[in-house]
Amino acid sequence: MIEGARWRKWAFFYLPMALFLLFLLFPFYWMVITSVRPDGELYRPWNSINYNPFWTWKPTWDHVRYLFEETLFASWLWNTTFIALASTAISLVCGVFAGYALSRLNFPFAGSLGTGIFITYLVPQTLLFIPLAEIIRNYRLGDTPWSLILTYPTFLIPFCTWLMMGYFKAVPKELEECARIDGASRWQAMLYIVIPVAIPGILSAGIFAFTLSWNEFIYALVFLSSPEQKTVPVGVTSELIRGDVFFWGPLMAGALLGSIPVAIAYSFFVEHYVAGLTGSVKG
Amino acid sequence: MGQVVLKGINKFYDSVHAVRDVNLQIRDKEFVVLVGPSGCGKTTTLRMIAGLEAISSGDISIDGNVINELAPMDRDIAMVFQNYALYPHMSVYDNMAFGLKMRKFGRPEIEKRVREAADILGIGELLMRKPRQLSGGQRQRVALGRAIVRHPRVFLFDEPLSNLDAKLRVQMRVELKKLHLRLGTTAIYVTHDQVEAMTLGDRVVVMKDGVVQQVGEPLELYNQPANKFVAGFIGSPAMNFAAVTVTEANGSLIAENSGLRIKLPDETAQRLRGHIGHEVTLGVRPEDLTVAGTADLDHPCFDAVIEVVEQLGSEILLDMKVGEGVMVACVEPTARVKVRDKLRVAMRSSRLHVFDAKTEAAI
Repeated sequence: MIEGARWRKWAFFYLPMALFLLFLLFPFYWMVITSVRPDGELYRPWNSINYNPFWTWKPTWDHVRYLFEETLFASWLWNTTFIALASTAISLVCGVFAGYALSRLNFPFAGSLGTGIFITYLVPQTLLFIPLAEIIRNYRLGDTPWSLILTYPTFLIPFCTWLMMGYFKAVPKELEECARIDGASRWQAMLYIVIPVAIPGILSAGIFAFTLSWNEFIYALVFLSSPEQKTVPVGVTSELIRGDVFFWGPLMAGALLGSIPVAIAYSFFVEHYVAGLTGSVKG
Repeated sequence: MGQVVLKGINKFYDSVHAVRDVNLQIRDKEFVVLVGPSGCGKTTTLRMIAGLEAISSGDISIDGNVINELAPMDRDIAMVFQNYALYPHMSVYDNMAFGLKMRKFGRPEIEKRVREAADILGIGELLMRKPRQLSGGQRQRVALGRAIVRHPRVFLFDEPLSNLDAKLRVQMRVELKKLHLRLGTTAIYVTHDQVEAMTLGDRVVVMKDGVVQQVGEPLELYNQPANKFVAGFIGSPAMNFAAVTVTEANGSLIAENSGLRIKLPDETAQRLRGHIGHEVTLGVRPEDLTVAGTADLDHPCFDAVIEVVEQLGSEILLDMKVGEGVMVACVEPTARVKVRDKLRVAMRSSRLHVFDAKTEAAI
């Protein structure tokens, strides 16, 4: 904290903090206000007398109602949830085991393998979707949730593995050695000692993976075509922007409802999550 | 039973030869301490006995059975680690019960053994707490408890007291000794602290650079060190060394250098006959140096200048300049000395140690 006179604290801490918050939260505010404004206000020209983009006196649920009644938003929400949960689960299981192996088992090339896995994460999805589309087509997975559940791990597993590797390295080796002397096999030592200790790390990897797959756009755009199979990010943008017409109200309502689950996931696990990132295991 | 035999043990890490041909016989119920500076291979040796480190060559056997290939869990040993290695997500009770649960003991038996160990260690009230709620000393007790509930054949200790503060360390040292007398289980204890080694060990193994320097009872190491390293490592403050040349005069042997000229007692002289004209290293413990008085006429004496006076209450340590070199003397607290005093120092020459200048082995 900044020491000294009160004005210094205001000038160097509270004021920059407030500006920063304003900057970060404004998009959310814009989303909320747009999704409850009646169309009459939304499409009013900027130079009209009662133009007021930052506030409304006549909030309405029309856009949300439109979203659920006139579009397939409910199925998009369900699709996104299912796909995000399934791909997160697959990636976590693989990431935990791979991370453990790479950080704890001394096998040849463990180090370079770890780096290799990280490098695959750096291959941009905008390139990777082309060969993946070919594979998806060959296995006839196009337009099914499986096309995403099986392709998301291509970037989620490297990510989880890398995160878990760092976390397992922070768990003292002696814990495991002691368990093995106490009568546990390597497998049991991992199951009963290392993984429970690494729960905060696993949770943070899970939240990150969930968020990444929830927000993923390009694979979902390419691999899914029928409206009822789409995820929220793709559904909202493809069904609510027709030609050059933007349905701003439902669009923003969809974006808002789509970001709520992620916000909940973050705030619910935030304690574990922060602990996971800072590594809180001490002998 | 818990007889441990190490036969020709070697350990290589890539090109580093960490442990060199260690041979050791540890008797049942014995408390053996491995001591040496960091990197001397003592911990590696212990970890090879535990099965946490593969043996490059040689055999380790417990009660006559070679255990080289056995998994740690099958060796019937218990280990206490420097950082305690308590399972942070388990209560004290579960920490202590873990090994027994893994070995499929019945619930009543587990309960009985944990209570018993907790009583011995005085941690009966802490059983429901988590490790993070315990102080350092309490954690150390839990780690000990986790080892003793298993009734193993051998205890392995890897610097278990190093993370405790000085006062607690002395206290736990005494308790460890008591515990060993009570349980009588064979114990192998690694430390870098020679005081711990001397006070705890039935026998002490001094190691350096992966090589065993000497094995013996504490007083044996103190009184008859096998080489200059052991002589300097055991005892505090450390032994004084001086490079001297042996010459003969009037039928007796003289050891001398720029500040020192000492007539060697007959017994030492006998051993040095072959070294006349050569350089040797003289070793004398600080407690064998005294301020020369009238009673010391038959002891060899030399002149010194006091550089630092360290008052310890029970004794005074004098850092002195002797010729080109320095020496430390440990003298009576009643001695009247001050910095820059010139002093006549007497040496209890019967307790003189002599080492070969090249091989450093005791002569």
